[in-house]
Amino acid sequence: MTSAKDERRPAGELEASVMAALWAAGVPLTPGRVQLELDSGLARTTVTTILSRLHEKGIVGRERQGRGYAYFPVQDPPGLTARRMHSELDRDDDRETALARFVAQLSPDDERLLRDLLESGEE
Amino acid sequence: MTPLLLIPLLMPFAVPAVARRCLDRLVPVTALWALTLAVVVLAGASVAALGALLLTGLLKLPLFAGLGDLIHPLRTASDLVVLPAAAAATGALTIGAWTLGRSALRQLRAFRTARTQADSRPAAGDLCVIESPHPDAYALPGRPRRIVVTTAMLRSLGPDEREALFAHERAHNAGGHHRFLVAAELAAHCHPGLRPVRATIALAAERAADEAAAVAVGDRRLIARAIARAALATRASRSARPDFAPAATTGPVPQRVAALLAAPPRHPRAASWIALLLAVCATLSAGASAAGVLAFHHEVEVAQGEEPR
Repeated sequence: MTSAKDERRPAGELEASVMAALWAAGVPLTPGRVQLELDSGLARTTVTTILSRLHEKGIVGRERQGRGYAYFPVQDPPGLTARRMHSELDRDDDRETALARFVAQLSPDDERLLRDLLESGEE
Repeated sequence: MTPLLLIPLLMPFAVPAVARRCLDRLVPVTALWALTLAVVVLAGASVAALGALLLTGLLKLPLFAGLGDLIHPLRTASDLVVLPAAAAATGALTIGAWTLGRSALRQLRAFRTARTQADSRPAAGDLCVIESPHPDAYALPGRPRRIVVTTAMLRSLGPDEREALFAHERAHNAGGHHRFLVAAELAAHCHPGLRPVRATIALAAERAADEAAAVAVGDRRLIARAIARAALATRASRSARPDFAPAATTGPVPQRVAALLAAPPRHPRAASWIALLLAVCATLSAGASAAGVLAFHHEVEVAQGEEPR
């Protein structure tokens, strides 16, 4: 991915990528670290701008770290999280066919096949 | 009753095999359109045929013949054929309506839950993150369109794989794929022969999103890796749960990964033949159904004394 291509992406997509990096990290990240995590050639100023915007919206919190800020996603209240976990568990079957899931359930055979495919793909 | 009505009732049983080949041969997004249009036509033809059989049977009964202003008896095949056919059609329509209603309720409930969940907090762009230890991700249609991803899914993928996942889900939303899935679901309840095609259409939608994502990120192999890793993560988090799905056939995920790892498909001549075959099936079905219903209508008019024999 070239930096030119990334700078041209809609602001919403960039926000999503930054947010995903924060969630995946699990610890507060400085704009520099987010830039490294994304590994996509985004300018650091762009990352800083996106982080401030997310902070203004109240989706990410921040804490002082050195001379700047480190950002982290705002967590759900614990009760809400528990309820969501429950509803995720309920969705064990693939009955809601109208919601396009990223991956369907795997059978044991599928699992073996996938591992083979991944291995052959990484050669 | 006319034997023509048997064509739309039998044709759907031949379609699953054609549908599979369609998906193998056609560009995924073309297959998605072709299959969905075909099942909608086939489902409509089959319901119309069942309706005609049901009405024929009803008009044989004196009560309904009176209600239908029939002054002559309806000219049909023997009652020994017509009445059981009407009873079977009634049963088929009732079962279809019942399972459709149940499925619609379930899907609406799932959709509303997902929507409430996504709307309950501000989104970053189009991304809605749900805190959950279970890896899961889906495209949420409606306004505004969202990509819903759990924290566990985000953590099991690398940065470039997350972009692949987002590109895939955005392709679902941009392509309005949920409409195809709803149409396939609807058709599946109209005729049992169309039930296996529902899975084929779902796979076509996934394949279409995979190919669109591959174009967006410019790397087929990356999309394949993201799918495989996501699927294996899902599997790992649920290994303690019983497996109800039988392992009789290769599931959709390995097929998608294999298709992405293979060279980009060429479009051989066979593609147009299989598409033509599908179109012929749908047209025959629709034509026979329309002719059957028109013939029935004519007989009713005759019985009403409005048209000469």
